[in-house]
Amino acid sequence: MSSHQQPYYVPKSSKLPFAMAVTMLTLIIGASTTLKPELGPFGENSYLVLLTGFLMMWTTMFFWFSQVIKENNEGLNNLMLNNSYYYGMAWFIFSEVMFFFAFFFALAYIRNFAVPWLGGEGEKGISNILWPGFEAHWPLMVTPDQAAFPGPEEEMSFGTAYGHGGLAGVLGWIPLYNTICLLSSSVTVHIAHLGLKNGNRLQFNLFLAITLILGYSFVVLQAIEYSEAYTQMGLTLKSGAYGTTFFMLTGFHGFHVCLGAIILTIMLIRGLRGHFSHDDQFGFEAGSWYWHFVDVVWICLVAFVYVM
Amino acid sequence: MKLASTLTRKFHYIFLCIFSGQVFSEASKYNMPHGVTEVSESIFELHMLIMWVCVGIGVVVFGIMFWSLWKYRKSSGAVAAKFDDHFGLEISWTILVAVILVLIAIPSTIVLIQTYDDTEGDINIMVTGYQWKWQYKYLEDDISFFSNLATSQEEIDNQLAKGEYYLREVDEPLVIPINKRIRFLITGNDVIHSWWVPDFAVKQDAVPGFINTAWTNVPEPGIYRGACTELCGLGHAFMPIVVRAVEQEEYDSWVAEKIAFAEQERLLNYKVWTREELVQRGEGVYAKNCIACHQTNGQGLPPVFPALDGSNIVMNDKTRNIEILMEGVRGAAMQSFANQLSEVDIASVITYTRRSWGNNKNGDGEIVEPKEIVDYKNRVEL
Amino acid sequence: MSTIVETHEDHGHHGPAKGLTRWLFTTNHKDIGTLYLWFSFLMLFIGGAMAMVVRAELFEPGLQIIQPEFFNQMTTNHGLIMVFGVIMPAFVGLANWMIPMQIGAPDMALPRLNNLSFWLLPMAFTILLSTLFMEPGGPNFGWTFYAPLSTTYAPDTVTFFIFSIHIMGASSILGSINIITTILNMRAPGLTLMKMPLFCWSWLITAYLLIAVMPVLAGTVTMMLMDIHFGTSFFNAAGGGDPILFQHIFWFFGHPEVYIMILPAFGIVSHVISTFSRKPIFGYSSMVYALTSIAILSFVVWAHHMFTVGMPLAGELFFMYSTMLIAIPTGVKVFNWVATMFKGSISFETPMLFAIAFVALFTIGGFSGLMLTIVPADFQYHDTYFVVAHFHYVLVPGSLFGIFAGVYYWIPKWTGNMYDETLGKLHFWLSFISVNLTFFPMHFVGLAGMPRRYPDYALQFADFNAMASVGAFIFGFSQLLLLFIVIKSIRTGKKASSEVWEDAKGRGLEWTLESPPPYHSFTIQPEVK
Ligand code: HEA
Ligand code: HEA
Ligand code: HEC
Ligand code: CUA
Ligand SMILES: [Cu+2]
Repeated sequence: MSSHQQPYYVPKSSKLPFAMAVTMLTLIIGASTTLKPELGPFGENSYLVLLTGFLMMWTTMFFWFSQVIKENNEGLNNLMLNNSYYYGMAWFIFSEVMFFFAFFFALAYIRNFAVPWLGGEGEKGISNILWPGFEAHWPLMVTPDQAAFPGPEEEMSFGTAYGHGGLAGVLGWIPLYNTICLLSSSVTVHIAHLGLKNGNRLQFNLFLAITLILGYSFVVLQAIEYSEAYTQMGLTLKSGAYGTTFFMLTGFHGFHVCLGAIILTIMLIRGLRGHFSHDDQFGFEAGSWYWHFVDVVWICLVAFVYVM
Repeated sequence: MKLASTLTRKFHYIFLCIFSGQVFSEASKYNMPHGVTEVSESIFELHMLIMWVCVGIGVVVFGIMFWSLWKYRKSSGAVAAKFDDHFGLEISWTILVAVILVLIAIPSTIVLIQTYDDTEGDINIMVTGYQWKWQYKYLEDDISFFSNLATSQEEIDNQLAKGEYYLREVDEPLVIPINKRIRFLITGNDVIHSWWVPDFAVKQDAVPGFINTAWTNVPEPGIYRGACTELCGLGHAFMPIVVRAVEQEEYDSWVAEKIAFAEQERLLNYKVWTREELVQRGEGVYAKNCIACHQTNGQGLPPVFPALDGSNIVMNDKTRNIEILMEGVRGAAMQSFANQLSEVDIASVITYTRRSWGNNKNGDGEIVEPKEIVDYKNRVEL
Repeated sequence: MSTIVETHEDHGHHGPAKGLTRWLFTTNHKDIGTLYLWFSFLMLFIGGAMAMVVRAELFEPGLQIIQPEFFNQMTTNHGLIMVFGVIMPAFVGLANWMIPMQIGAPDMALPRLNNLSFWLLPMAFTILLSTLFMEPGGPNFGWTFYAPLSTTYAPDTVTFFIFSIHIMGASSILGSINIITTILNMRAPGLTLMKMPLFCWSWLITAYLLIAVMPVLAGTVTMMLMDIHFGTSFFNAAGGGDPILFQHIFWFFGHPEVYIMILPAFGIVSHVISTFSRKPIFGYSSMVYALTSIAILSFVVWAHHMFTVGMPLAGELFFMYSTMLIAIPTGVKVFNWVATMFKGSISFETPMLFAIAFVALFTIGGFSGLMLTIVPADFQYHDTYFVVAHFHYVLVPGSLFGIFAGVYYWIPKWTGNMYDETLGKLHFWLSFISVNLTFFPMHFVGLAGMPRRYPDYALQFADFNAMASVGAFIFGFSQLLLLFIVIKSIRTGKKASSEVWEDAKGRGLEWTLESPPPYHSFTIQPEVK
């Protein structure tokens, strides 16, 4: 019962959470009025509110995390509290999984039900009367109403890459490199973890740095992919259900990769400053869990968005 | 005082109903209607079955509960027993509930399959929900018309006494023959509506972009009333459904009349109309199609529905005015009327709005001839 | 043995900070619980006042006091506020107060996060309510906000609505993470899961549900946002999407949500019935299994809200059967409560009265739920007042009475003063009679064919609507009495002992603490045998 030997640390009252709540208020006012300037008092300058919100967010988070780290360094955290952090992180990641679930569900539904029905197949195929001439294909290149949602000229799937150029086509296919980056970074972050556990600081710092390079390369590659889609392929958010699901899924994933990379960057800085020890490494572990999670989502993306 | 007397009257009536057992009698207007079709009758029976099962279980469970509350009340000196489980009992009531559920599930499944028969109908009617009216298109006969609420705004606003069919009457009911299989192809034009006629036990959502089907076969002539049951905006309560089921002969002559009338309307396009004729006709069209949003006095309901009285477009911009009527405004409730109204009607309603209220005085007051609408259509189609 | 320190600089026993900052910056589970409860109370009055407007308009046929557009805003905001602003925060407030005390912990596991979870709520509701005062009006598309009424055809303020839902979701997710962590990590030594009080169990399960479905709701509103502002076509057939997709995702959240609003009440009622029957709860382990099965089943029944959207036959059958199954574990719970009363020694203090009413009236609501799940019959019931009657029976004399029972049961513990029993009973009887007067007639108007969300209706529905309106006004005013009772108990009243209720000591750790309990509940974790 080692966890009960030390007292559970209950922080005294703190301004940070309230500041964070006010931050969120600022953020949503900023976001809504940026999208609908006529509804707010700030008119065209509403985006400044949004920016202020982001600034407040980063500041609050900075102070909050510094506070937690400081408390830890002062030895206030007992094992039980550390456990609380682990539980907290695990369930937070679970909630993220469910967020992605909603979007995968949307993709599955649109592909397997909505589009076929609109194209005249299946139980509600009669709907096709409303969309004469529309045929169901996935990826959806021609939308039911081409005037409102002009379909893309090209798409991103593995099948097409292979179909166009065989092996060569696949080698020129950006998602392949994305996959390599992310999968190997999952391995390197694990090696870094082992280094930390065995007290090998060099191994830790080095492999964490490699992980980050791989992670940022992923982000860059994805940016290239997006710009090709927008400029050369006519594939945009507005190009019907394929563009919609493609960008929303890969977009939210990309956003999470960025978050994960930022977390790990902070961990690298902390690592270089000598934080963490072989039995006290919650911050890093949380970051690496997050990284693995992002990796798993990517694998699902490759399967459902690119290959199948 | 008025309140008090209304209340007394109402309660008097309600208690009469309850104590005469009327509420629970199957014919009561406080229970689900039997309806007139085979399906509605089996659904009614299903409903009564589950209701009685629930009442039965309720009587037993609440009976035991209230009896225990009485028998073991502390004030009578009851001393608490110590037991806190009983395996046999727990297993048996779990199984008992499961068995009851299976018994309910069987008839439910049978009735459901009965309603899901999706073969072609003798007559196929496309039902389209609009904000806030219904369109009926007879797929075989090239008949198409709109069905609007016929209750006057004054009745709704309590300025006139309410008629017997308050909010349940339309200007033009759907007409169907009896003893024919009628299949409905239900869809929505803007938001989701839901087409419900209780007497047929047909309720299907009208989803924009998709078609749902439902069918009925009505054995008795009569007038059947229904309603829109999916929240569709502010006119949700004001788009009732009326179906007139008639003998085959009557139906046939109705169809013939409808077709002849449509032909006549088409010919009107080629006539040159005077201003007075247009305004006169336009007034009727406006009352039927526009007042839900723009109101009788042309003031609209700002900010959502703009006033037409004093609108710059209506006063001075004829081209844009025609375009709005023909194309609608994307993303707003203002829909395209190109397929809803005939060319004559569109021309006359525009003319009417341009010459009514203050618009005649303040604007250019120009009129629009049906031919201009025909030309617009031809131009756009090219 | 574990003790607790506040911070190194101020050790030991000291009360809360003074003044407003106590409430803004607190990390104390009791303070936060109090905040949640008062917030929920305030929202009950706001959401209730909206229901009063609705009922006043529906008192007679014809448009009397408000126009349809505003009527829609009232029903929508009434639903949203009652669900997200009243029932859920009240349960979280009770969880904050009671869970640490019931499991023998000093506080919640993550106190600062706890404060954040609370303060997000007032922010979200400020935004939501402020839209009512903006030019195009607030949300008017029903609390279920079906697309495309809530996307293409929505008032511009929908953007504010979307973001406020995001914030409410964040609040719930953070709150649930905290609760799960507290329960799993902070139990007193010896307090195994299967010895844990049922209220903690019900909240553990509820918190799982919340973490699983709140993100899905966030996903739903995000898709709406994208459709509205960025030209995607999730819910638009023209681009290959489907408005029905919205409903699937919404109800994947929505159905578990309704159990989120009832499970903690199950927990509370179990404690109350057991205490006032002076008997241990009957079938403790089957209670736990029932809670778990309800939660698991709740993920596969969502489309029973969509029987009329035109689902394929196989889908209708699947969702009908799976929904029916829920009657089994729920029945087990009802039978267990009755069996707990059986051969007890029952007294009828206010919490017990509310608990008994809960069992009876929730079950009636459950019965109508079961009727709704019979697909062919639902073709007739769907979107009529029969559904409104169903869910008010499970939500008002269900969830809300459950909360009332909990408040009366624990308020002597919180304040150290007994509440006024006579007034409590008066509050109960007024509420009990008027709630039935309000919602029972809705079954009849529903069956007779009155659709829901109607600002005006045909003449044959007039009588029962008038009756429901009168009931609603009585019910509404009766809640002012509750406010009075609560304030009175905070200020004066007979001092409560630490046990409060006869023989309560053996019924949970909370009854071993004095009333009111010390600021940090258990500075020394008790050992449970
Ligand atoms: C606290 C909230 C709560 C709870 C607990 C429930 C519980 C149940 N609900 Fe309800 N429901 C809502 C809140 C809730 N509901 C809301 C808010 C809506 C409307 C949403 C909207 O559209 O706005 C709704 C709508 C709703 C519908 C959709 C109706 C429609 O729109 O057409 C359906 C259909 O199946 C349904 C079914 C059920 C069932 C089967 C249960 C079951 O869990 C009930 C189980 C309980 C019992 C059955 C009683 C006890 C059991 C016994 C004594 C055993 C023996 C019994 C038998 C064998 C009968 N509910
Ligand atoms: C979660 C719980 C919950 C609770 C507790 C309630 C409580 C009440 N609800 Fe409602 N209700 C919903 C959830 C809830 N509701 C939902 C989800 C909907 C669907 C919305 C939709 O369609 O989108 C709905 C819809 C709904 C409708 C249908 C609207 C329609 O379809 O057109 C009606 C109509 O009567 C109604 C009435 C009431 C009444 C009279 C109360 C009463 O119990 C309220 C009593 C409380 C008070 C009155 C507050 C306290 C007292 C005062 C402030 C004192 C003074 C005030 C006055 C007397 C003026 N509710
Ligand atoms: C369902 C509601 C609805 C109905 C019915 C309706 N309108 Fe409109 N109308 C609107 C809305 C909303 C707008 C504002 C569109 C916008 O600009 O955003 C509008 C705009 C207009 C305008 C442009 C006014 C301006 O100044 O911008 C004209 C002209 C008009 N409607 C004419 C008509 C006529 C004629 C009819 C009947 C044949 C009609 N409307 C029926 C909702 C409706
Ligand atoms: Cu159309 Cu409701
Ligand atoms: Cu449900």
